[in-house]
Amino acid sequence: MRVALFITCYNDTLFPETGKAVVQVLERLGHTVEFPAGQTCCGQMHWNTGYEEEALPLVARFVEQFEHAEAVVVPSSSCVAMMRDHYPLAAARIAREGGDQTLVERVAALLPRVWEFTEFLTKKLELTDVGAYYPHRVTYHASCHGLRNLGLGDGPEKLLKAVSGLELVEIERKEQCCGFGGTFAVKNADVSGAMLEEKLQAVLKTGAEECTACDNSCLMHMGGGLHRMRAGVGTIHIAEILAGEDTRAK
Amino acid sequence: MSETELDPRVAPSFPKAAKASLRDAQLRANVRRATDTIQAKRHKLVEEKKDWQELRESARQIRAHVLEHLRVYLEEFERNFTRAGGHVHWARNDREAQEIVVAIAKEAGADEVIKIKSMTTEEIHLNDALEAAGIHAYETDLAELIIQLGHDRPSHIVVPALHKNRAQIREIFLREMHLTELGENPADLAEAARKFLREKFLRVQTAVSGANFLIAETGGVCIVESEGNGRMCLTLPETLISVVGIEKVIPRFADLEVFLQVLARSATGERMNPYNSIWSGVTPGDGPRNMHVVLLDNARTAVLADSEGRQTLQCIRCAACLNACPVYRQTGGHAYGSVYAGPIGAILTPQLMEMQHGESLPYASSLCGACYEVCPVKINIPEVLIHLRNKVVAQKGWYAPEALAMKAMASVFRSERRFRAAQRLARMAQLPLARRDLPIVGQDAPTGQDSGSGWVKWLPGIFGGWTQTRDLRAIPRESFREWWESRLT
Repeated sequence: MRVALFITCYNDTLFPETGKAVVQVLERLGHTVEFPAGQTCCGQMHWNTGYEEEALPLVARFVEQFEHAEAVVVPSSSCVAMMRDHYPLAAARIAREGGDQTLVERVAALLPRVWEFTEFLTKKLELTDVGAYYPHRVTYHASCHGLRNLGLGDGPEKLLKAVSGLELVEIERKEQCCGFGGTFAVKNADVSGAMLEEKLQAVLKTGAEECTACDNSCLMHMGGGLHRMRAGVGTIHIAEILAGEDTRAK
Repeated sequence: MSETELDPRVAPSFPKAAKASLRDAQLRANVRRATDTIQAKRHKLVEEKKDWQELRESARQIRAHVLEHLRVYLEEFERNFTRAGGHVHWARNDREAQEIVVAIAKEAGADEVIKIKSMTTEEIHLNDALEAAGIHAYETDLAELIIQLGHDRPSHIVVPALHKNRAQIREIFLREMHLTELGENPADLAEAARKFLREKFLRVQTAVSGANFLIAETGGVCIVESEGNGRMCLTLPETLISVVGIEKVIPRFADLEVFLQVLARSATGERMNPYNSIWSGVTPGDGPRNMHVVLLDNARTAVLADSEGRQTLQCIRCAACLNACPVYRQTGGHAYGSVYAGPIGAILTPQLMEMQHGESLPYASSLCGACYEVCPVKINIPEVLIHLRNKVVAQKGWYAPEALAMKAMASVFRSERRFRAAQRLARMAQLPLARRDLPIVGQDAPTGQDSGSGWVKWLPGIFGGWTQTRDLRAIPRESFREWWESRLT
């Protein structure tokens, strides 16, 4: 399959290893990865902070960049949630205000081909074992957008359980938000910090070496907290775990 | 936290108020324990209900239908309640509602009233207005009694004294009821409250309540409760005044089938509330002879006029969203500066203030969606929060510093060339701030995502909020797209 990678703005800038890992996994599974060069940002930060108008051109831009792709893979569930929950509304507003009348239909045609990375593996390709090896004790953080907006369910955990050498340890209060919340982390820094503290206590209690998730946004927040604590526990995007190839038998 | 003024017109912003709440370790422990307990009970009872999602959808549809035809159902209620011997009053705002209640109480010759727990009367600060008119109000709900005696304010819609634990409640009772000894068991505390209240029930001839539902078809008023103290107020006095938000009406008696199921499960984690009272006008020789319902608008029609904010009025005040909210869990209710706390408060308060106050509340959420997940009438709280954020942004104007920054960022994202330039610029700008880790003796380096450029431990201006509790991973030397291009050549 020809897979177009939407890396997302913050992964592009801050977490290039996640993008490299996605490419590695998809190519290992025999797919061709493309990278539309004009891609930037899905518009989530503007939309969620109350700058809907500023997000509208970004919606149109994403559609232009990706509408010819066979499948679009995004290593960030919150960006996919932005598209599924809000792109139809954004396109409708653009049309209502006399803008591009075709956008509503084009968004509707594109969205079924947009997948969060683990969702693409488990639901589109129907895989759980991607041939990965990662000999560490890991706990999985279910990000809110993946859990509630995308309904990822136990898909990511199934992928992790199939990784050879990996020991998956369950975190308590798994469904509780880590406190990132985009601009919430800065606008309500004290509350965000309190939520983070509770989440990190739960991470440390698992005895895991690393905490993984489908969203580097949560991990940036949690990893920053763990680093501040000098906890000796790291964070890693799930794609980077799945990219670790099992070469032992070969 | 005593004497907290829950008036959005004078309350501090949410981040500021939250900061104070976060310092109160006892409060946070009390909130966590109480919300965990209620949530566990709710979860069990929702799980056993196989048609829960269908029930939610029915509840949503009925409430949404009512809001589309509110005038019709309110007038039907008025006709039927009046025919049954009751009196209906219409109040445009808090002041009118206060005046109506005071006038009725005075006509009844009352200098004191007993009250059933009611958030609507809290919303209009009725007790203060009664006091100013020389009428003392006694709260009879156990939690409201604790709040009143403690000179405190409610921090939760269903469990207003949830921020207090047993030891604190005992102290309040000892002090305010002038007791010399009192045990700390729930039974001891309940017994003290019972003795204190019984005398009021038998003496006071005027009662004030809110209502959970108005039933248009029968002219019925419905209140559900756990203690039976409400039942005392509904049956013993001569005069009963109920202050009810206009959105509380439901079309048919049969609709209670849906609402009594979802409300009890969502609010207190019970299959059914222990006391469900419904009255439809005056019955000679049985219960109050003068029955009044004050229908309160207080900006509800303004909320109704906003097609995106309207769903807020579907709320049946179960408070499941408060118990599920990870923000409320940390701060408790007073930080919201309104009698309506938590996620529903964050969307209801600014709208009831017609966006003139409480502008920080739509931002008091990480948009995690736990509130929407548990809401029995399916109010999409995150969507309404975002809608209100847009209103706040529009009010602040394009020249606000944040708006200018957001516009600049949007312009960066509209162009690949500008985006690349911004990535390079950010990489250079961080150079004076990024530091590599020194190895820690006896500890392996974290295996996590060190970018190779180290970590930023301090940021200026509004970004300082980030580095207050977290480090920021520095921007790596090569972006993904640069790597991708180098791979192709």
